[in-house]
Amino acid sequence: MSVQTTDYVASEIRSPASFVASRVFIYGALAFWAFICLFPIYWTITTSFKTAVDVTQGHLIPFVDFQPDWKGWRSLGLSPDSIFQTSTVRDEFLKRFMNSVITSVGASSLAIVIGSLAAYGLTRYRYHFAWFKNEDISFFFLSQLILPPVVLALPFLVLYREVGLLDTRVGLILLYTLMVLPIVIWIMRDQFNSIPVELEEAALVDGLSIWGAFFRIVMPIALPGMVAAFILAMVLCWNEYFFAALLTSTDAKTIPVMVASQTGSQGINWWSMAALATAAIAPLAVIGIALERYLIMGMTAGAVK
Amino acid sequence: MALATLGLLATIALQILYKTEVDTIGFETWRPVVYAYVLWGVAIGIGQVLTRGEDGQRALFLLPALLFTIAMVIFPTLFGFYIALTDWNLSSFSGRRFNGLDNFWQMLADPYYRNALFNMVLYVLAVLVEYVIAFGLALLLNAQIRARKFFRVVFLMPLMLSPVAVSWMIGKSLMEYRFGPAATLARHIGWEDPAFFSNPITARISIMLLDAWTFIPFMMIMLLAGLQAMSREVLEAARVDGATAWQTFWQVTFPLMLPVSVTAVILRIIFKLKLADIIITVTSGGPGGATDSVSSFIYREYRDRSNVGYGTMLAMAYLVIIVVFVTWLLKFASRFVRNVN
Repeated sequence: MSVQTTDYVASEIRSPASFVASRVFIYGALAFWAFICLFPIYWTITTSFKTAVDVTQGHLIPFVDFQPDWKGWRSLGLSPDSIFQTSTVRDEFLKRFMNSVITSVGASSLAIVIGSLAAYGLTRYRYHFAWFKNEDISFFFLSQLILPPVVLALPFLVLYREVGLLDTRVGLILLYTLMVLPIVIWIMRDQFNSIPVELEEAALVDGLSIWGAFFRIVMPIALPGMVAAFILAMVLCWNEYFFAALLTSTDAKTIPVMVASQTGSQGINWWSMAALATAAIAPLAVIGIALERYLIMGMTAGAVK
Repeated sequence: MALATLGLLATIALQILYKTEVDTIGFETWRPVVYAYVLWGVAIGIGQVLTRGEDGQRALFLLPALLFTIAMVIFPTLFGFYIALTDWNLSSFSGRRFNGLDNFWQMLADPYYRNALFNMVLYVLAVLVEYVIAFGLALLLNAQIRARKFFRVVFLMPLMLSPVAVSWMIGKSLMEYRFGPAATLARHIGWEDPAFFSNPITARISIMLLDAWTFIPFMMIMLLAGLQAMSREVLEAARVDGATAWQTFWQVTFPLMLPVSVTAVILRIIFKLKLADIIITVTSGGPGGATDSVSSFIYREYRDRSNVGYGTMLAMAYLVIIVVFVTWLLKFASRFVRNVN
């Protein structure tokens, strides 16, 4: 980042006026796009504190335009005055929330375990199953990425009913694992490729088994990559709607399905929808801010060589 | 150990036979078959290690993922091809009936499906516009600016949010006809009647905007990584040679960024081809199917009409189209990159 300071000075010397103009343009564009990114979020959060009048008159700024009210959150059972009372909506919401947490954590963990094992195998050893070589196997895994969910959805609907996995968390976990596995393998392959083989060779000489070398030497080094892959997988699973909408009905419904079903039936009840939307995006917004470094690491794996 | 695996295979086969042919000793559901498959997988793993020693231990790295993916993909896909050839409506009592290629002919004559495919072309073309914006943002973030980390986090934010929540936040409230801020703004600018989702053309554009809002950060991050990996010497040399910023961009930066750009665009197109949730929740295909993507169309075919057989045929046809298209795209892209450099 610091390398550019030289250009900075050079352009400043060249012409101060155009330098100022370019600064203004850059910060103007940055501010503009930041506004585009943040305004919908701001709008949703403030709307959850509005009453009907504030919504219809398009009030925007709390305390200046309108007096914030806990109305939206009260309807979810999550406002300060209703948090200790029993609320069926809150129970429903918490149940969906837990479903989302369990399915996305479960699927991401499973994908990380089998995905990084496979990625490690593919980067270190030569395989051939029948006429399949390493490249073919890698391609087989990665090609799952282009498989659109619709293709699998209907067969799975029928199969899951036969197997008794319809509307269960386990069923969703298995499907989500399948969905994120190619991405995990992609990231982890990149990660393992960057670790020198000499490390394991030394470990093998010291008497560790192949698996011992993997667990004691390679895993600790590859941990940041695993975290990155895990978080990216989490995000994808948490936001998944298509499978969840088709394959769950009462027990295993996740947050996005709940949000979507509420949007269909809403009258003018904006504040409670806004509160629900806020609650649905809050966990990921926090993850996005706190773990941004890992997210970027996961997304850029293999993109730049 | 090989014997044990063989035995397990045999029990699976037997069980299938019991369930389908004679209903005497079969189980209530097919779930035991799943357990048997898992057990068989474990047995194969142990067998590999015991019979082939170190080689077996190596194979063990790959086996879980391989067995999992094969079970989860190959079988449903084959099953899907079978369903596609049947007339099967879940709401009718007659059950499944094999009807050969009838679904296929019906598909060819279905104007809504063709419309959905046409929409997919439009949606995919929108990726190019997204690419231009994403490149611009990546350049901005790569410039010498203060608070880079802050802007990066903010720009990344839309990607984190669930598309379903986003479709409410933007599609259903910001763009709401009566008092959504976006509609109010549009009225101020001079659009008398800012109905974003009632006219087919504006509805399509609105869907594209929504989707772009969520996914532009994805391309932006990849392009930013590419920009940061670029060597400074080349840019420096261009400057010394007296190139203007405009020339430097078109003759140095852009060609060097081409491989990353192609990767980003292709990945984005692959994600775009799955586009469904925004359309389902915001317009549910409306007005009159104008905004339907293939996925959302098939979703409704199942949800509203329970037409499993026909829906699966549509999905399978879409899969074939996608595979052909993506293969062509990859070939084209690699030739394109080679020609330019």
